[in-house]
Amino acid sequence: MNHPNIRELQKKAIEIRKDILKMLTLAGSGHTGGSLSIVEILVALYYHALKNDPNNPKWKERDYFLLSKGHGCPALYAVLAEKGYFNREDLWKLRKLGSMLQGHPQLGLPGIEISSGSLGQGLSIANGIALAARLDKSDIRVYCLLGDGETNEGQVWEAAMTAAHYKLDNVCAIIDFNKLQIDGFCCDVKDMGAYFDKWKNFGWETIETDGHDIKKLMNAFDKAKTIKGMPAVIIAHTIKGKGVSFVENKVEWHGIAPKKEEYERAMKELDEALGKI
Amino acid sequence: MAGEKLKMVPTRDGFGEGLIELGRKNKDIVVLSADLTDSTRANWFKKEFPERFFGLGVAEQDMIGTAAGFALMGKIPFACTFGVFASGRAWDQIRVSVAYMNLNVKIIGTHGGISVGPDGATHQALEEISLMRILPNMTIIVPCDALEAKRATIESVNLKGPVYIRLGRSGAHVITKESDPFKIGKAVCLKDGKDLTIFACGQMVYEAALACDELKKDGIDARLVNMHTPKPIDKDCIIKAASQTGAIVAVEEHTIAGGFGSAIAEVVIENCPVPVKFVGIRDRFGVSGEPDELFEHFGLRAKNIVQAAKEALAMKR
Ligand SMILES: Cc1ncc(C[n+]2csc(CCOP(=O)(O)OP(=O)(O)O)c2C)c(N)n1
Repeated sequence: MNHPNIRELQKKAIEIRKDILKMLTLAGSGHTGGSLSIVEILVALYYHALKNDPNNPKWKERDYFLLSKGHGCPALYAVLAEKGYFNREDLWKLRKLGSMLQGHPQLGLPGIEISSGSLGQGLSIANGIALAARLDKSDIRVYCLLGDGETNEGQVWEAAMTAAHYKLDNVCAIIDFNKLQIDGFCCDVKDMGAYFDKWKNFGWETIETDGHDIKKLMNAFDKAKTIKGMPAVIIAHTIKGKGVSFVENKVEWHGIAPKKEEYERAMKELDEALGKI
Repeated sequence: MAGEKLKMVPTRDGFGEGLIELGRKNKDIVVLSADLTDSTRANWFKKEFPERFFGLGVAEQDMIGTAAGFALMGKIPFACTFGVFASGRAWDQIRVSVAYMNLNVKIIGTHGGISVGPDGATHQALEEISLMRILPNMTIIVPCDALEAKRATIESVNLKGPVYIRLGRSGAHVITKESDPFKIGKAVCLKDGKDLTIFACGQMVYEAALACDELKKDGIDARLVNMHTPKPIDKDCIIKAASQTGAIVAVEEHTIAGGFGSAIAEVVIENCPVPVKFVGIRDRFGVSGEPDELFEHFGLRAKNIVQAAKEALAMKR
């Protein structure tokens, strides 16, 4: 696939972070940490891995992207607006009455493939799409992004077994492996133990990567496409709150929005980062 | 009706037949099952269309989500398991992944009610109508016999959106005929009457018919309505019944809390308040026993309906 150079995409990631913070600040609520951690994953998907057409969101041949960790939607909205799925001005109406940009994603907004927000449900839906595609002899792929805390949910593992049983090599899960959830570090809340082995033992090809390195993410997605006869999961090491020093790795930033002065500080940091690329 | 010799067929069999018919006509039909493929009759479809059948194992939440994925791709999935597990275990999945997205998923809950029998409380679904009724976009059908179940199954596909069909395990009297009208959302008046109206769904329709015959002996002229679609409920039919007959009895093999009778009472109270009596299960779990014994035990017999009818009449001004 023909894609702009990595530096441009790194800049884009920072611009998207700026949009996310503006959206959240204007909304006055929302999930800052888990939105900032998935930016590069989304950029690698929407600017490299996914077959899609913003002018024709329902294009039959498109790949599907499902945001199972629905609370990370500010990041997805920002990327979709950047791609041209809808008007950028809509971003500033996040969470407001009458806005299509609901607090958690709702089917109907161009580019949104599923409603989500109740954690643990996306991967099953991905499997259904993948099985239907197989019946239709269609070669579309289905990507599903989950939080690591989200994988506490039993349904995720039910779905993991289903994908392996049906050898769904058209399914690619991505784990936003930021090691935090709401109550603290994942390992303290409920230690999931040998995480990579779990996925392996459930019959998945696991691909480990740096979730903030766009080039590595692209390679991971390329590799996932070559896996045959089994589903693939990309476990992407990320930092919750990535890009804003006082938000990074801070559990208390899970479900709050920046206040005005925090927003301004964050913008300054991001502008500086932009200058360094 | 009481005097006639009627065939006894489980409503799940009617579903199984309808599903095969659908499968032959429509290539988009797919069937999902959570390790109850034989019991739900999903295996009748599986035998003929193995490539369109998907077993999910004992994983109801995953089954509903997978069905949602199929529906997003334009397929028409039937997700089949026992009613308790469909409506209870996977309720949040039905809420978010199906009803909120208004997806074309048909949920088949067999073994509804106490007629499950000896398996007891964990397997006797007494809450599905309540649980499904509170979800926007959801349609609920409770067929009274196998023929109606077959027609409901086939009709459900013409309705784009989530449908829950409640079916039973044991034989139920076949009281409808091919020539009878059947339209989702449109109640069927089985017998006109002027003193009160009895609304019933599922196999309680037969029991209510017996009650009407009993009431007639006492000079009471009851109207009988087969309300096979608890949601969207046929409001006009209820309002007409309330205003014309002045008293209502609602009969269900289900908890009365938030269930079928509640749905009827909501319409009555808002539009034409008249006395309403409920025949159903009152804040209890099921127990083991033979279906016949259980109907007696839980007070779901014609005689209980007769008594409720007389109480409703007494409350009439
Ligand atoms: C079923 C369900 N239970 C609880 C919640 C509340 N909740 C929202 S986010 C979250 C933590 C998720 O952690 P993780 O998946 O690691 O997300 P991240 O840390 O990346 O934001 C919880 C418990 C929910 N949305 N859904």
